[in-house]
Amino acid sequence: MAADKMAIICFSGDLDKALATFNLATGAAASGMEVTIFFTFWGINLLKKTRGRKGASSLLGKMFDWMMPSGPDKLPLSKFNMGGLGPFFMKKQMQSKKVQAVSEFLALAREMGVKFVACIMSMQVMEIPEEDLIDGVEFGGVAAFLQEAADAKISLFI
Amino acid sequence: MQADAVLDAKGLLCPMPIVKLSQKMKTMTPGQVLEVQADDKGAAVDIPAWCQKTGNTFLCSEPGDSYTSYFVKKS
Repeated sequence: MAADKMAIICFSGDLDKALATFNLATGAAASGMEVTIFFTFWGINLLKKTRGRKGASSLLGKMFDWMMPSGPDKLPLSKFNMGGLGPFFMKKQMQSKKVQAVSEFLALAREMGVKFVACIMSMQVMEIPEEDLIDGVEFGGVAAFLQEAADAKISLFI
Repeated sequence: MQADAVLDAKGLLCPMPIVKLSQKMKTMTPGQVLEVQADDKGAAVDIPAWCQKTGNTFLCSEPGDSYTSYFVKKS
């Protein structure tokens, strides 16, 4: 039976898509739904600690860590990124419209009890150690997602 | 309309009016009425929809000069 649950896969590591993810998650939590977000692939970047990361051991893994955004305030835009100019203007615009930053949205989601699960496979591919992610994140694979999604009323891939 | 409590959600955009509304409602008792003051255009649709989803009662809205008051009764 479908429970009052929402299961979101956050595959993207873009600012705009992260906003959509947290907007939906906090809105659903505010409406009394139990929300789980599965962060996979580029989405893992949202959960990376901004500083004090242990990093990967191999050269390729180190390159991944160095090339990719770390944390919710370093994300590019999926369109009009223009080498970082796009996110700069987007953040300014969000500030003037009093829309909270992605990091604040993320904190709000957690405060509201939204569950965060990080994909173990993606972390292994990108050589991201568990301790490089923010605290309180659970870890899982496809079965963990299916278990949640199978009886969720709403499942989204972002 | 008389309300038991007022929530100032002016200047907030989606989804914050309903996030604040849900948080405020937790502090209220069944039968009490909350006035939500919001100037987000989306609130006109979102607040009644939130009420329907959560089983609370949407009473009415009163448009003002710079914001609209929405009255919600806790079930």
